[in-house]
Amino acid sequence: MEPPMSKSDKSNKEPSPAENNHDPKTATGKLSLLIATRKGAFFLRGGKNRRKWKLSDPIFLGHMVHHIVQDPRDPKSILMACRTGHLGPTVFRSNYLGKTWVEAQTPPAFPKAPEGETGRVVDHVFWLTPGHASEPGVWYAGSSPQGLFRSEDGGANWEGVSGFNDHPMREAWTGGAGDGTPDGPKMHSILIDPRDPDHMYIGMSSGGVFESTNRGVDWKPLNKGSVSVSSPVPDPEYGHDPHSVKLHPLKPDRLYQQNHCGIYRMDREEGVWARIGDNMPKDVGDIGFPMVLHPREPDTAWVFPMDGTEVWPRTSPDGRPAAYVTHDAGESWKRQDKGLPKKKAWMTVKRQAMTSDSHEPVGLYFGTTNGEVWASTNEGKKWECLARNLPHVYAIEVAEYLK
Amino acid sequence: MPCQESATCVRDRGSGVSEVKVYVPSALRSYTGQKDEVEAGGSTLQELLRELDERYPGFRFRIIDEQDSIRPHIKIFINHDQARELSAALRLEDEVSILLALSGGA
Repeated sequence: MEPPMSKSDKSNKEPSPAENNHDPKTATGKLSLLIATRKGAFFLRGGKNRRKWKLSDPIFLGHMVHHIVQDPRDPKSILMACRTGHLGPTVFRSNYLGKTWVEAQTPPAFPKAPEGETGRVVDHVFWLTPGHASEPGVWYAGSSPQGLFRSEDGGANWEGVSGFNDHPMREAWTGGAGDGTPDGPKMHSILIDPRDPDHMYIGMSSGGVFESTNRGVDWKPLNKGSVSVSSPVPDPEYGHDPHSVKLHPLKPDRLYQQNHCGIYRMDREEGVWARIGDNMPKDVGDIGFPMVLHPREPDTAWVFPMDGTEVWPRTSPDGRPAAYVTHDAGESWKRQDKGLPKKKAWMTVKRQAMTSDSHEPVGLYFGTTNGEVWASTNEGKKWECLARNLPHVYAIEVAEYLK
Repeated sequence: MPCQESATCVRDRGSGVSEVKVYVPSALRSYTGQKDEVEAGGSTLQELLRELDERYPGFRFRIIDEQDSIRPHIKIFINHDQARELSAALRLEDEVSILLALSGGA
């Protein structure tokens, strides 16, 4: 293994395609949507022109599938995080594009507590992230409750990242069981700097955004400027609720987040989250779950707002679903609702349930909690429904096969 | 009396280790080759599940968490008594039933 890169080295180094964890090349081939639902996984396979789609039979029907992710370093490989209503959490790997699956030999789990002490238990594996492009076989997983795990053998065996899981501040950072989503507090948005595998970010609901520059050995909060509703302290250091955090591969010192309390951007040289959601229409607001970046344009991003008023319905504001796009890093936003229902559509799109491909123009995809999958193959200008009557959609990722 | 090989057979191996019949619920039969009953040895539930996990890798962690607690929506009975701890002893002619609780989710 190469020696860790110092921070000054990192900041002077631009990512090259070979190092880039998120290859910015334009895809032209076939693709599949990897749809994780409350009741199993489904693949929607599309041709290279993205006009015709074919829905697979259910995979692991009845399993609660939280995330399915292709390995960009080994595109035939896919990892899937799931559990069932009765059975504990595990991870499955397919080396054949989902045709066959093998269960992890050692799934993510916390250490056994010493006698007389209460240990933590992984309720479910919520998030999967492939490691750096230079580290084939390395994967990261985020769990509920908040835990960080690493595999160095393609997802077969997982170990806790002690630098986070055993950090003396972890309990303070993450709060108690009540400081999380209704189905449990979560670690998500595990981001690897394409310039440096030791430089990582994580998002936690609850907890906030955290950064490590030494491969997870230590962590620091990175929440300055973002609002937290769970603390009376002004500008608290931690305890925030980022719903989705994104790093642009072509501009890795640019971060975005859709937070419980608004849409933010941070340019690392400034070190403060700026609430770019203030530029959203006031009657829509800037609350939502997902945030999606254009794979080749660091100033272009999409959000899918939800109603965060009163008791937080978390449905499309006024029953009129729409994506909003910015082309200037959040200085302005444009509504994109052509093809979507004009009224009486109470959609909820969860944080992992919206994504993009890397075709030209970029395709956007989102799934709803009432089992619909929608797509736009022209960067949000027009939407069409690809599938209905699926179970509650938890997550959608794209598997692409670059030519 | 010599032990007869049957689904309900319980064999004393002479070392405190008994081989007992285990009822496997539908959710775990992907591990057992779709068998709804298997036999395994152990003087405690812990030992029994360890043997089952060696034979059917992954079986144990789906029903027992990393703190050695039975998962919330799984029930394990030894004969008609619900076992709460993995230290529960197994004896000759015991039968172990792994059951899915009624609270598995919507």
